[in-house]
Amino acid sequence: MTNEPTPGAGMRESALFDRNVIHEIQRKAREGIYDIRGFGAKRKVPHFDDLLLLGASVSRYPLEGYRERCNTAVTLGTRYAKNPIELEIPITIAGMSFGALSAQAKEALGRGATAVGTSTTTGDGGMTEEERGHSEKLVYQLLPSRYGMNPDDLRRADAIEVVIGQGAKPGGGGMLLGQKISDRVAEMRDLPKGIDQRSSCRHPDWTGPDDLEIKIGELREITDWRVPIYVKIAASRPYFDVALAVKSGADVVVLDGMEGGTAATQDVFIEHVGIPILSAIPEAVDSLKELGMHRKVQLVVSGGIRTGADVAKALALGADAVSIGVAAMIALGDNAPEYQEEYEKLGSGAGYYDDWHEGRDPAGISTQDEELGKRFNAELGGRRLANYLRAMVLETQTLARACGKSDVRNLEPEDLVALTIEAAAMARVPLAGTKWIPGLNGNTE
Amino acid sequence: MGIAEQTVEVVDLSETPIRELNQRLHDAADGGPQNWRITHPNGLHAIGAGINAPLEIDIDGHVGYYCVGMNKEANVRIHGSAGVGLAENIMSGTVIVDGDTSQSAAATGRGGLLVVRGNAAARCGISMKGVNIVVEGNVGHLSAFMAQKGALVVCGDAGEALGDSIYETHIYVRGSVAELGADCIEKDFKEFHTAELTGLLAEAGVDADPGDFKRYGSARKLYNFNIDNADAY
Repeated sequence: MTNEPTPGAGMRESALFDRNVIHEIQRKAREGIYDIRGFGAKRKVPHFDDLLLLGASVSRYPLEGYRERCNTAVTLGTRYAKNPIELEIPITIAGMSFGALSAQAKEALGRGATAVGTSTTTGDGGMTEEERGHSEKLVYQLLPSRYGMNPDDLRRADAIEVVIGQGAKPGGGGMLLGQKISDRVAEMRDLPKGIDQRSSCRHPDWTGPDDLEIKIGELREITDWRVPIYVKIAASRPYFDVALAVKSGADVVVLDGMEGGTAATQDVFIEHVGIPILSAIPEAVDSLKELGMHRKVQLVVSGGIRTGADVAKALALGADAVSIGVAAMIALGDNAPEYQEEYEKLGSGAGYYDDWHEGRDPAGISTQDEELGKRFNAELGGRRLANYLRAMVLETQTLARACGKSDVRNLEPEDLVALTIEAAAMARVPLAGTKWIPGLNGNTE
Repeated sequence: MGIAEQTVEVVDLSETPIRELNQRLHDAADGGPQNWRITHPNGLHAIGAGINAPLEIDIDGHVGYYCVGMNKEANVRIHGSAGVGLAENIMSGTVIVDGDTSQSAAATGRGGLLVVRGNAAARCGISMKGVNIVVEGNVGHLSAFMAQKGALVVCGDAGEALGDSIYETHIYVRGSVAELGADCIEKDFKEFHTAELTGLLAEAGVDADPGDFKRYGSARKLYNFNIDNADAY
């Protein structure tokens, strides 16, 4: 770590030019390039923490916490697919590529998800045997790069996700830096080893919603209409984008808020493009309801989901399920304190490490280095992920029962209030202790 | 089975839904008719998408988007023109179109051969990953954009931004190039390239002299980020 002064009296830090800002200006001046990093947005934005659930009391009847059933199962893809995906819990694993993650980490995601009856998602880089073999339910992403895309994997997927955007970088493509391009990654992506691999921001063979509809039709034909087709969008204009995804024939819309994670994106993109998931869900739900498609086209939301409370609040706002990425990596062992010394050598620390693009992850998760990868035990990682998912589900059920719900998806906006005016306006629920929803019912109540 | 004994399965798309045709073509991977003639395609989309068998297919007329998308092994002749994304992500086999193709022909294709007797519109061979493409006419702008592997042969002219951000694809153009894209440069012919071009022209049934072509490929200056190349990004 660098020598930093201990702030004392008379040493007033600028709110605009704080230590991070100064450090970044100095770094840019030295290196001449924007900061690329992993993780998700680190700035504070209105989030689920700004909402509270209203437990039952006299006017509502709760369910017994440890006795009465509270369903968590959800079926995705009921609109057109012959074989919708039946999940035992409303939490799925988001797309993370082999390339960004080690093969062992991908295997662990499959193990953990399968143990609790949910799905994993491939990511930009193709489908690996480790992942397919250990994921009972696997969603295969169709991304602009089409790295590794092939019809055999399409046919052995349980669902297909057409990725249009990612919450960390709406409108942006991807980048896998050369140091993470091993022989295997290079071969899967049809590119030379060691070069930076750019993933384009636009699909190569369609350009708008009318084309997308035809594209989805082609995917259905290739897979004989068996599997659901998701459309993943970044939260920027969700009202319109959700409507267009539905119009294009999506079975499921995946909506990723600006808090969503990434393996490698410009910091300026992560922090300054897109909108918080809290503000995106109501717009998406409005769109679905206006089309008469709420619950018919399922809505999966992601971006900063950490706890059962986040899950419960997302479902209450109208989502059918959530998806986790960063939290899943942390559950596997990323940023674990046992690697503190090594994180420090990388100029970071446990709890801060976000240079996932560099491939030097001491935990062996966001790396293609064989030696680092060996540190990671896929079986143990899978067990940790399963534990984490189970704990989150228990939390979600606890909150749902307290609100009198026998199904977690029976949670509704009426069960929520907001702690801040901003969150009230975005989530379209009343400010706690008032009937005021800024923007909906003026400021007279 | 001798040629005389081979039967041709005729499917009239003015009477048969696309779904039924494609299901029958998919089922052919497990046996059944190997020779097909598809009539009255009338610009319909996704004809023959996802074929997974060495079928011989003739399509009599114009086809819409994504015709024979992700083709594996089949040899397909389109006696007409094709819409967007012809043979997108083709894995193997041969697709020959007598007329023109719209944009994104053989996009992201990973193997096989596409032959276009007429012209190909914009983004021909975009992000190609191993397919070979021979276009007897011209290609539109942004052809071979981010092209990774395989070869694109253009017997006519190429539009703007040819081979923009190209990786290892080989481009051969007989006519003019309106503009080369970022990191795409003219390169010398080596013995390998002459042999490759000669072979592709022969395979495509095109009577052209390899000596009339120029070769283009990657300068490889953008393979790893360098701030001194910022004006090219």
